[in-house]
Amino acid sequence: MLTNDFIKLALNSLISQRLRSFLTALGIAVGIASVVLLTSLGEGIHRFVLSEFTQFGTNLIGITPGKSTTTGMSGAVISNVRPLSMNDAEALKRIPQVIAVVPVVQGNAQVEAGKRSRRTTVFGVGANAPEVWQIKVALGQFLPDDDPAAARSFAVLGSKLRKEMFGMDNPLGQRIRIGGERFRVAGSMESKGQMLGFDLDDAVYIPAAKALSMFNRESLMEIDLLYAEGGDADEVAKYATDLLIARHGKQDFTVTTQEQMLEVLGSVLEILTLAVGALGGISLLVGGVGILTIMTIAVNERTAEIGLLRAIGAGRIQILALFIGEAVVLASIGGLAGLIVGAGGAWILGLFVPALPTHTSWFYVVTSEVVAAIIGLLAGVMPARRAAGLNPVEALRAE
Amino acid sequence: MIRLDSIERVFQVGNENVYALNNVSLKISQGEYITIMGPSGSGKSTLLNIIGLLDRPNKGFYILDDVNTTDLSDEQQALVRRHKIGFVFQFFHLVPRLTASENIELPLILAGMKPEKRKDRIKLALEDFRLADRAKHRPDQLSGGQRQRVAIARATIMEPQVVLADEPTGNLDRASGKEVIEILEKLNKKGIILILVTHDPDLGNRAVRKISMVDGKILDDTLALESSKYRLSDK
Repeated sequence: MLTNDFIKLALNSLISQRLRSFLTALGIAVGIASVVLLTSLGEGIHRFVLSEFTQFGTNLIGITPGKSTTTGMSGAVISNVRPLSMNDAEALKRIPQVIAVVPVVQGNAQVEAGKRSRRTTVFGVGANAPEVWQIKVALGQFLPDDDPAAARSFAVLGSKLRKEMFGMDNPLGQRIRIGGERFRVAGSMESKGQMLGFDLDDAVYIPAAKALSMFNRESLMEIDLLYAEGGDADEVAKYATDLLIARHGKQDFTVTTQEQMLEVLGSVLEILTLAVGALGGISLLVGGVGILTIMTIAVNERTAEIGLLRAIGAGRIQILALFIGEAVVLASIGGLAGLIVGAGGAWILGLFVPALPTHTSWFYVVTSEVVAAIIGLLAGVMPARRAAGLNPVEALRAE
Repeated sequence: MIRLDSIERVFQVGNENVYALNNVSLKISQGEYITIMGPSGSGKSTLLNIIGLLDRPNKGFYILDDVNTTDLSDEQQALVRRHKIGFVFQFFHLVPRLTASENIELPLILAGMKPEKRKDRIKLALEDFRLADRAKHRPDQLSGGQRQRVAIARATIMEPQVVLADEPTGNLDRASGKEVIEILEKLNKKGIILILVTHDPDLGNRAVRKISMVDGKILDDTLALESSKYRLSDK
């Protein structure tokens, strides 16, 4: 039998039962639509969260003091963690592939300008911070690349802080006090928005050495490395680890590449998407049961026809293929309709509720269409086997 | 050429074995015209189903064209049915959602013939059976006689050697019935074996060879030749 005729015969019998075929296909369509819509939402959230995390760039490696492993003795008994120093940061700059290094100290201090004062987050950083964290300077310039041991007292304001302290006035060159020390404003940053609750705009950036003394700390809180685009994160991380072990004598710090972090995060979000997809899959299953029911009824109704087909030379395999084919065509048509509704629904949702991130992933689109066809196949097998197994003499006697 | 050799077909009804065919032997040569008559339950339909390879005997051989069909698998038997046997039924058995020409086309489709080749054959068949103006009609738009002509066209489209007709006029008025029989006889004249199961003695007497059956056995097998009768067997 030719494939063309095969499809024509299947379509013909589906069209002859228009309403019934429509309703059955609708069951599958609802299932596929819900899978596509839900996974679109899942993928959208996935992308949204990842973009939140990658707004500082992806070629980042963070080094924090302390080793996050459990040993036999509490770290509090013999606190032999050597601090991450400014010198460590300087040394890390020499690693090949590393473009920039930012030492980070974070704290909270009173900022005073004229008569106004405000408590805000203070970031003690290096001159490379805008490049590494991908923040842009809006006005003036960022901190100068001073010798860390003798950094001048310049400060750069976050966009919100600038508005609060100076309003519409030009802050450049103004004197301010941070934690009681005097600084001169060198520039202000563009708005970067919040990152997981941290308002990066309500902040002031000062040289890391100044921040260390301001907060009376010995150790940097973190050192961020930016490596060249296309560089090997693991290789850079290994260099950094070796270098710091050489300097500290042992590994009392933790190196985390952005890639590792994103991988963990990505796999968590992947499971989220899969979970909502599986929820949609339940309705797909119900649609499959609908096909099973309808095909079983069809075989019963068309018993005489099956007998006739056998009499004019159709083998069991041909009968089997005919009925399975009908179920698959039915499911595929339903699946296609569901795809259009689901993807369209996700698109419209994104249009009307822009805050709700949606993204229709091709992977889930293709998978759900294939799943629809497979469901048709499985739902068709049982009735089709019954049809093929009918005794032709008895089948002909039906009607 | 058809040869049945001590065919037995047993059905189990409750605890009892019922012999639908009991030790039936039969030889049919190319181009014969045979009617099978007998009361209900005499096994004539079962015999027809066995000859048509729709049913398998419990015992005995059935040789069609030097092939022992009892050895063939289901799929092989389907192929033999497709190419060598045509069925005509009392209730026509047309597919209701297909048009007359599509119904005739079915065996060609199952055989996987190319559409261009099918077209010519169907056109010819429609003309032969005077159905050209009814080609696009569905079975429910056709008269009984027309339906049976469609069924005969379908049975013969593959150019079979045997046409098996089970009460082909049972559901028709006399005029259409006569027409259908004449068509079948015309096919027989072209060399096709025609086997007709009927209740109607008038029909039965038209055939050259008459087989009457009772209780699953061949009671009488007579050949009408030039108005005189010869007994073929004395079983």
